[in-house]
Amino acid sequence: MSIIFVKDMCLWYGDHQALKNVNIEIPEKSITAFIGPSGCGKSTFLKTLNRMNDLIPGVKITGDICYEGTDIFSKEVDVNNLRKEIGMVFQKPNPFPMSIYDNVAYGPRTHGITNRVQLDEIVERALRDAAIWDEVKDRLKKNALGMSGGQQQRLCIARALAVEPKVLLMDEPTSALDPISTSRIEELVMELKEKYTIVMVTHNMQQAVRVSDYTAFFLLGELVEFGKTDDVFSQPREKRTEDYITGRFG
Amino acid sequence: MLNKSLSKKRKGFEVLMKALMLLSVGLTVALVLFLLIYVLGQGVPNITWELLSTKPSYLTERIGILPDILNTVYIVLATLLIVLPLGVGAAIYLTEYASNNKLVGIIEYAAETLSGIPSIIYGLVGMLLFSNSMGTCLMAGALTLVIMNLPTIMRTTQESLKTVPQSYREGAFGLGAGKWRVVRTVVLPGCVDGVITGCILSVGRILGESAALLFTAGFAHAVNGIIDGLAAPGATLTVALYVYAKEQGEFGVAFAIAAILMVLTVLINFAAALVQKHFAKRRSL
Amino acid sequence: MLLGLITVCCVLLITVYLVISGIPAIREIGLVNFLFGKEWASTASDPKYGILPFILTSVYGTAGAILIGVPVGFMTAVYLSKLAYPKVKSVMQFAVSLLAGIPSVVYGLVGMLVLVPGIRKIFNVPDGASLLAAIIVLAIMILPSIIKMSITALDAVPKEYEDASLALGATPIETYFKVSVPAAKSGIAAAVVLGVGRAIGEAMAVMMVAGNVPNMPDSLFQSVRFLTTAVSSEMAYSSGLQRQALFSIALVLFLFIMLINATLNFFLKREKE
Repeated sequence: MSIIFVKDMCLWYGDHQALKNVNIEIPEKSITAFIGPSGCGKSTFLKTLNRMNDLIPGVKITGDICYEGTDIFSKEVDVNNLRKEIGMVFQKPNPFPMSIYDNVAYGPRTHGITNRVQLDEIVERALRDAAIWDEVKDRLKKNALGMSGGQQQRLCIARALAVEPKVLLMDEPTSALDPISTSRIEELVMELKEKYTIVMVTHNMQQAVRVSDYTAFFLLGELVEFGKTDDVFSQPREKRTEDYITGRFG
Repeated sequence: MLNKSLSKKRKGFEVLMKALMLLSVGLTVALVLFLLIYVLGQGVPNITWELLSTKPSYLTERIGILPDILNTVYIVLATLLIVLPLGVGAAIYLTEYASNNKLVGIIEYAAETLSGIPSIIYGLVGMLLFSNSMGTCLMAGALTLVIMNLPTIMRTTQESLKTVPQSYREGAFGLGAGKWRVVRTVVLPGCVDGVITGCILSVGRILGESAALLFTAGFAHAVNGIIDGLAAPGATLTVALYVYAKEQGEFGVAFAIAAILMVLTVLINFAAALVQKHFAKRRSL
Repeated sequence: MLLGLITVCCVLLITVYLVISGIPAIREIGLVNFLFGKEWASTASDPKYGILPFILTSVYGTAGAILIGVPVGFMTAVYLSKLAYPKVKSVMQFAVSLLAGIPSVVYGLVGMLVLVPGIRKIFNVPDGASLLAAIIVLAIMILPSIIKMSITALDAVPKEYEDASLALGATPIETYFKVSVPAAKSGIAAAVVLGVGRAIGEAMAVMMVAGNVPNMPDSLFQSVRFLTTAVSSEMAYSSGLQRQALFSIALVLFLFIMLINATLNFFLKREKE
């Protein structure tokens, strides 16, 4: 089952075409990794999936992206609801300068939940899902900026989970973290695919192999190859993929 | 699911906030336009060459603001000359050298306090401190203004110093540069915009200052050279405006001065904007 | 090192001078009589030195100016920082710095000739030079500092915070008011306190529009005298106890300002923790 279908998508920043005819189907409840050299368009593509690129002036997009059968660019779609369904975790941990509790409660509050008991439940569940509850349960009222980088990133994941998304986009979520925090996040991501669809941009090919079920290789704005991670890394169909994963460029 | 529109509450919030913001912006714009048009409209017709180039004389019942213009120039120069080295030096010391955090805290707190003190109090203290020892004169006024503007210069310099990325400093240190060399080659160029902005702000503040000068620099209207001028009492344009409007009811002259001050304010702001644009461009390269 | 200490010295010097010159009159008049006396008649044959009217006027005037100036300034700042097109923003920022740069006597002059007659006509009162006129002028005068400082604070909010909020499905406006504003709250609080300081310390403009009569501020249309104007209006011709009393007023004003600064610092520090 695929949850997101992308057909012939192109994206321009002004005159520069950053993505060329991307076609991809993202399978549900699995981890899809986007790999490729810097500037290949993988992050841009990721951000298109929840329309975060809307905010950048001069961006033009053609083609279709369907999420659960709805064209996400259609006029009837409320972009805020789209982003509630398709959450995002950023490269650099970016908790709000508020308490840990308020960080996680921000999303649900935005979407209209004010009942204290209900919020407490949501916060606890999100923090548990993000495997950080035990570390923070005694200091929920403390400022989130006092946590370590790895904890902050897991808090950001909890914050994204609190609005109950179906898809979680992760833009190089471990690139700012140390190896130990990285492996904790990787474990977490693998647990999360039980409930969520995860799309993850990574620079780190080992990470893609370790974590993901599917891998998409981008080069110069093109989606070169997409398939099961094992296949892509063991018997790539394309010469360019092989060159990249064997380290001939990149 | 996706096409469910926002709840009523959220939509209401959006609309309300947008309306309040637009209303506020509109009010601000209207205010600026009104002030500009009104003051210039009332003042410009009263500006004559005679007004600008003569001094007032009770005999001929003529009013001229030449001395006030000169006094203003003198006091601006004197103040900046003294306050710049003090303020910039203090800022560099605080951000680059100071290691004693407690002391830095005290100094910053002092600077903050200083910038919060109303100008009338500066005027009073300046009167006690300077005018009582050197008489009511422009120099006493300038020294008072130095104390007033010290925090401004310090703050703008410090702020722009803080925007110089730490990595630049580390880079320079990594190349084996000494502390002073790093400050001179990396840090100082980075804070030029702050210093200039501070200067411009100070000039603006000096031009606009009246309460602090009333009791320190006095309100005489004599034409002097810069040295004599600093030692003699004299009114700046702003003080002259106050005296003409409030004490003498000469609204024509008052508006003429107001228009001149307004134009100067516009020019100063243009200068500040240009400086900032220039440096922003250079920084982005 | 030395340079830094100069600022400290300045503050000490100002404090010491004000205290030394302010204490004698208070001693002579008596603290309670001075602070809570309702009548100020410094030139009467039996002079009275009660500054309660000045204190109340300053407090009311400042509160009124904040009440009007802060919401307008804050909303303008949010709009300019977050929503306005870059061109609009730069033009408006220019206009706001212009507003900040206009000397207070110009505000006083315009207030004297536009606001004061306007109030007299609209509200049909004998004299428009009043607390209301002063409040309006002060509100206008604190507007630019509030806008500018709030914009600076709002601009400094990392874009990552806003991205995170948008990615959670908050609308841009919700994001600005619920994430950016709280993230910038110390800067905005500083802007408000700066406004308070500026309003309470403003002398010349207020002197020109408030009527400058030492009445108790019983109504908005009363001609009143502020702490600042009390000092400046009599300084030129005062002597003896009257002059000393003026210094005492300055001391009271100074204490107010110190109190405001202390409050600000308290809030900022608590915010950091």
